[in-house]
Amino acid sequence: MFAPIILLVGIAFVSAIILGIAARVFHVEEDPRIEAVTDLLPGANCGGCGQAGCSSAAEAMVNGVIEVNSCVVGGTETAEAIGTFLGYDVSGAEPTLACSSCEGGYRAARKFTYSGLQDCRAALQLYHGFLRCENGCLGLGSCMRACKFSAITISSETGLPLFDPERCVGCGSCVEACPKGIVKLVGETTKILHWNKYTQCLSPCRQRCPAQINIPKYLSQARRGEFAAALRTIKDNNPLTTATGRVCPELCATECRRTIKDDPLAINAVKRFLSDWERDSGNRQVVQVAADTGKKVAVVGGGPSGLTAAYYLRRLGHQVDIFEQMPKLGGMPLYGIPDYRLSEEQYQWDIDGVLELGVTAHTGVALGKDFTIRSLKAVGFDSIYLALGCWLGRMLPFEGKELEGIYSGIDYLRRFHTEEEIIKGKHYIVIGAGNVAMDCARSALRVGAESVNLLFRFSRDLMEANAHEIVDAENEGVAMHCLVSPMKFIGENGQVTGIQVQDVTLKHNPDGFPDCVPVEGTVRVIPCDIVIQAVGQGADLDTIVEADGLEKTRFSTIDANEETLETNIPGVFAGGDCFSGPRLMIEAIAAGRYAARSIHYYVTTGEIPSIEDRQREMMAPSLVDSLVSVSPVSTAAMKPVIPVEERMGTFMEVEGTITEEQCTTEALRCLNCGIYCYDQDDRSEEQKRISTSCPNEPHIVEKEEERVVA
Amino acid sequence: MDLFFLAISATFVNNILLAQYLGNCPFLGVSKKLETALGMAMAVVFVTIMAAIFTWSVFSYVLKPYGLEFLQTLSFILIIASLVQLVEIILKKQSRVLYNGLGVYLPLITTNCAVMGVALLVAKKEYNFIEMLVFSSTSAVGYGLALILFAGIRERLVISAVPKSLQGTSIALITAGIMALAFIGFQGMA
Repeated sequence: MFAPIILLVGIAFVSAIILGIAARVFHVEEDPRIEAVTDLLPGANCGGCGQAGCSSAAEAMVNGVIEVNSCVVGGTETAEAIGTFLGYDVSGAEPTLACSSCEGGYRAARKFTYSGLQDCRAALQLYHGFLRCENGCLGLGSCMRACKFSAITISSETGLPLFDPERCVGCGSCVEACPKGIVKLVGETTKILHWNKYTQCLSPCRQRCPAQINIPKYLSQARRGEFAAALRTIKDNNPLTTATGRVCPELCATECRRTIKDDPLAINAVKRFLSDWERDSGNRQVVQVAADTGKKVAVVGGGPSGLTAAYYLRRLGHQVDIFEQMPKLGGMPLYGIPDYRLSEEQYQWDIDGVLELGVTAHTGVALGKDFTIRSLKAVGFDSIYLALGCWLGRMLPFEGKELEGIYSGIDYLRRFHTEEEIIKGKHYIVIGAGNVAMDCARSALRVGAESVNLLFRFSRDLMEANAHEIVDAENEGVAMHCLVSPMKFIGENGQVTGIQVQDVTLKHNPDGFPDCVPVEGTVRVIPCDIVIQAVGQGADLDTIVEADGLEKTRFSTIDANEETLETNIPGVFAGGDCFSGPRLMIEAIAAGRYAARSIHYYVTTGEIPSIEDRQREMMAPSLVDSLVSVSPVSTAAMKPVIPVEERMGTFMEVEGTITEEQCTTEALRCLNCGIYCYDQDDRSEEQKRISTSCPNEPHIVEKEEERVVA
Repeated sequence: MDLFFLAISATFVNNILLAQYLGNCPFLGVSKKLETALGMAMAVVFVTIMAAIFTWSVFSYVLKPYGLEFLQTLSFILIIASLVQLVEIILKKQSRVLYNGLGVYLPLITTNCAVMGVALLVAKKEYNFIEMLVFSSTSAVGYGLALILFAGIRERLVISAVPKSLQGTSIALITAGIMALAFIGFQGMA
């Protein structure tokens, strides 16, 4: 009778003792916070956070592997409770939302008709899906069914998933369900740090833009009238929209596939409209700034590159100070671009947009004179970005170069924006054919020049200035002299009175620019009293090199790693004109964001990851070079231009902004090109979906092969 | 040779899962992904052998000599539950790698019928130590085999055309039934 009781109690007792001892002997020190956090979690063990149950989620939160707001069941309250317990700022935990990178959907051509199971993963197993596009969304809604929060619907119109930002909690179930890797979780940081990759679906314009602005996206937002969203899209890559909207030479438009049929999209006109829409409203669109990281970054140079770097570094949560040598922020676009193209007041809107994020600016202080890299590091800056620009106008080393009345382009233009006296004369010679030369020539006409002669050694088609700048300059009265080479300056009493020139012919040179061959018997003298040389600019680095040991190249630019922009001094980065030589404003902006990426990684992780498959060249084979069934529609977004007579004697803006109606109709012309797809507006819905015209299908396959070889 | 037949029989012919239908809950619960099924299978093999050794010792040296065989179910539950706890505590300290691999599954096995079933079968058939070792290990391997095979099938099932009313557990049970039928085929071997 008692034996069974004794036995069971005995076993239980022995087990209890053994377990008790074992718990002591094999005690593992565990973070007490893990248990506390486990108690704060709802205990649903749903796995919505991607961890195996609540206790492992708690451990991951304590160790900082996942964010405190990862619990999808507990929501904000739980996140705040855990955040308070762990001492994190919950508002700083960046929300990530699901989004899809495919814009094709029903527009993508099909390989065959698929009538199997309506699931992307199943469909993909049959000849890798029914779409010709390897990247394209199959639209069968696996992500929709995977979503536990009903945040995804498949649009019946486009066949693409639509994400409801109100419902998306960023759990990543859809990311896991998508077999093509199109759905991704994207937060602000991801957008800022993103660079184009060959593996992405990129429209030609987006590939060509140095700043990699998502042009089709903002055009589609503009056409729906969502101007604020469109502007935010641009500002993910370019914070200086008012300025670029006026002076950007629109490299994107040169790649626009519309050119096959009619005119390229007036992309920059749309951008200008959007930024002016914001500026005219007076209300700046609010952008997100991440929680403070406690890192300090110094940006030396308040030009486009420096401002851009400051803007993105600030948005990433770093404390940024800008140091500018001139009395005003803005850099070369402010001092070098005449008011009739971009006024100080307009540009100031962009600059204020950067400063309003909480960026501190110190003006009138020059690196190498007032402070050094070493002194910046000594006062606690974790990283330094050198965006010094090219402020040294090159001069031709000809006889008579010391005569009065010879100026460099930047020296001439700068005076319109400083206290210095504006240079005035009667007969101007401008040497060079870049945008700076055009600006000098056109400015000279506006301050009362009787004649402006522009000399260029090469033929007209080699002129570097934007085509419409050249035409405008000519219309305003600048006389172009191509294939004329200056030989020496002639002067009297120390004042220049003329320039001796000679005609040349060009001889083909396989290595680059053609050689100039002088034509005998053509030497002549053109009389003048002012010579402006816009023949290139360099960076003034000598004092910095001397003070801090910064390395420079033989082209007098800063020597930095092309992949990271890091210089020979650790933690010091360089970009923009002082690294690349004089380039476009949009390239300086791109460099600014690239530097922000490097610096962000440098100050947070200490290591700068390289970008795999970084897109550098145009993805030529991907371009469908014919447009099937696209009806030609000429552009109607012609900017209003003031007549030539009204331009003289004033620096009034020459080109105006397009109207809202022009903006939306222009945006409608966008074909929304992907790698394979584009809008085929004349086709019926049925035909679009079975269209097989896709001459460049091997593109992705080729890329994969290349990678194997590499 | 007898041991070989015992092993074959325990793994295939009398597969603890598909022929005797023990340990059904984790069979359906953790078979959605191959990866988790693999972890579970490992944990089952480990715990089953440990449990069989302990229960066999208690049965042979305590229960049988005192004529208390009728208490085997109760006492085995106690022993297995404590054993799993103990193993978890020790693993956590001694082998972090193994603990991270099996950790999530160990508490789940505490009440696994397959583990219990093996212990009871060993007692019922009165195996000696070697036979017990072979039987328990091969039974557990048989369990793991069935679980992994099933998980592989279920991964494919997710993206197959299943009538709406049969989706989820229903189709899983039907699949399990067909697998069990297939395993009956092994009876020809015996």
